[in-house]
Amino acid sequence: MWELIESNKRRSFWIFICLFLVLVTLGGLIGASFLPPDGAWWGIGLAMLLTAILGIVAYWAGDDIVMSVGHATMITKESSPQLYNIVEEMQIAAGFGRMPEIYIVADDALNAFATGIRPEKSAIAVTSGLVENLSRDELQGVVAHEMSHIVNRDVLFMTFSGVLLGSITMMSEGLLRGLAYTGGSRRSKLGSASRSHPALLIATIVFALLAPLLAKIFYFAISRKREYLADATAVRLTRYPEGLAGALEKIAGTENSLANYNRFTAPLFIIDPQELTAAGEENKELFSIGSTHPPVRERIQILRKLSGASFRDYQSAFMNLKKSGDLIPERMLRDKTSVPLRQGAPGPIQPPYGSVEPTKKQKSRDIGDLLMAVGGFIFLPCACGLRIKVPPTIGKTSLPCPRCGRILFLPSVTAAVAQQDDEQVRKGTADDDTLVYERKSESWESFSCSCGYPIQLSPLFHANVIQCRNCKKKIEIRYPETTR
Amino acid sequence: MMWSILIFIGILVALAVILFLAVIGIYNGLVGLRNRVKNAWSQIDVQLKRRHDLIPNLVETAKGYMQHERETFIRVTEARAKAMGAGAGSPREVGQAEAGLSDAMAKFLLTVENYPELKANENFLRLQEELTSTENRIAYARQAYNDDVLLYNNKIEMFPSNIIAGMFQFLKSEFFQIENVKERETPQVKF
Repeated sequence: MWELIESNKRRSFWIFICLFLVLVTLGGLIGASFLPPDGAWWGIGLAMLLTAILGIVAYWAGDDIVMSVGHATMITKESSPQLYNIVEEMQIAAGFGRMPEIYIVADDALNAFATGIRPEKSAIAVTSGLVENLSRDELQGVVAHEMSHIVNRDVLFMTFSGVLLGSITMMSEGLLRGLAYTGGSRRSKLGSASRSHPALLIATIVFALLAPLLAKIFYFAISRKREYLADATAVRLTRYPEGLAGALEKIAGTENSLANYNRFTAPLFIIDPQELTAAGEENKELFSIGSTHPPVRERIQILRKLSGASFRDYQSAFMNLKKSGDLIPERMLRDKTSVPLRQGAPGPIQPPYGSVEPTKKQKSRDIGDLLMAVGGFIFLPCACGLRIKVPPTIGKTSLPCPRCGRILFLPSVTAAVAQQDDEQVRKGTADDDTLVYERKSESWESFSCSCGYPIQLSPLFHANVIQCRNCKKKIEIRYPETTR
Repeated sequence: MMWSILIFIGILVALAVILFLAVIGIYNGLVGLRNRVKNAWSQIDVQLKRRHDLIPNLVETAKGYMQHERETFIRVTEARAKAMGAGAGSPREVGQAEAGLSDAMAKFLLTVENYPELKANENFLRLQEELTSTENRIAYARQAYNDDVLLYNNKIEMFPSNIIAGMFQFLKSEFFQIENVKERETPQVKF
């Protein structure tokens, strides 16, 4: 982990130097061609100034990027315990000293990103669609990927190399537009240019054309590499590649596209939303030198081929697929300790509680539920997380869960006489006597009377007897022993 | 003659300075690593405490539904008491006691599978999420700790840092293992 960060820093340093050299050369050439004597230095100074301004803007704007993505709510341990737990687990796994802020962006699309140029201001944001559609392990995979971006200081690096790229592009565009504007007549406003050698001028123009391309190639290549590295680190953190692989599959397979993003925020996401919006299956595989992210399918393939969680394993899976590449620095691979993968944990994802706005789907489902409750449906929760809505006319005492196949018994009254220790008393054995229903919890409950009529108990119901509205029988309600 | 002696002495001094700086660097690196190991260990401690605090709540919630599982409850409570008693021990002792608790919890969660009403209880679901998370936290904290220990122990054994480590008595740290790896895994639900 730590060595990776170290080697990342070193590598970033060299990339910075390269981008910087391109910038300085461009500035120098422009200055030499168009400015008075010693113009080269003026040009370089101007380039620096431009970069500095862009850098400051990016530094201050960077922290607010979460807000620019739209309706983002910061969550707490209380409002959304599971997501909070998942993030905290990853923070522990990464040995990262500070808990990042967590945001849920109200959007049906599936995506996530991390921000924070300074580690103290780091944040992870996920869309509400992601929280709803992913399993716990998958969500963990995504969070681990974002956490890797934070601990590897990728946000800082990508922001500032983005700034360098930006100022290179601006300068060359400025120059080329300026030239096009003044036509071919160099002797007009830019008169002093006449003093410079025509060869120098041509060299400047050629370089101005090439520089942004060159810088982009640097930038995108490194960005893609960092995505792979974040995947590798995520596996290293969770030891469970299937989580991330499954998540990527779901994210890539979704049809909803993110409502708010732009050219500058797009590279921050776990999968570039621009590439997701490009409709059609074959477009998703389209891979160009101008992508900030590697193709999703390749990322999934690598993750599924891993035989262990170490960086060595990721490197060899990467090599197998791409037949080339030095993804992970040599120093990291020297450690030959094998890191075993773990089994996935079962357990359904839980909805975030509290403040997050319900999506349209959720709202319409709630209304449907309400109508069904009025219509006398019985809501039968299953251990697998599914809620089965049983029509009042079912006429059976048990049914299999459609998702997991467990046999569920419809809650119903039991005859009081048979109430010994035997819990599996069927209804209807002693129809004429007092009927008993034992409450299971303090929330909404529904059960059927011996005549088959459904009865609902609200959380506020505290009486000991209820009368069936159909057969007028009295049913005794018993409450679970209060726990001491 | 005079000059060559001076140059010779100068070179010796320069070498001594470089050596001294290297020693300082390695020493500081070792201290940093040792602190990281300590810090990682306290992280594990925090998470184990969290688990100990969580179990009574879970048991209380489950009791109402599982009146016929007294033995399971007693086993969990005893294992918890034992694990809490081992709190200040060495990583190995703590690991053994926690393994007993993990075992008891795994059996408890398997029993819970027989009580669908309990599994659908919102309060229990919350506690179960907390338990899952705590188990994960322990696993991840252990993972981070063991990674740090590995790095630290390697430094102590490898040349040239082993010389400095020997001189200033940096001792190797113990890995944190929870025994019975099979039972450490979260129980799989069978239908």
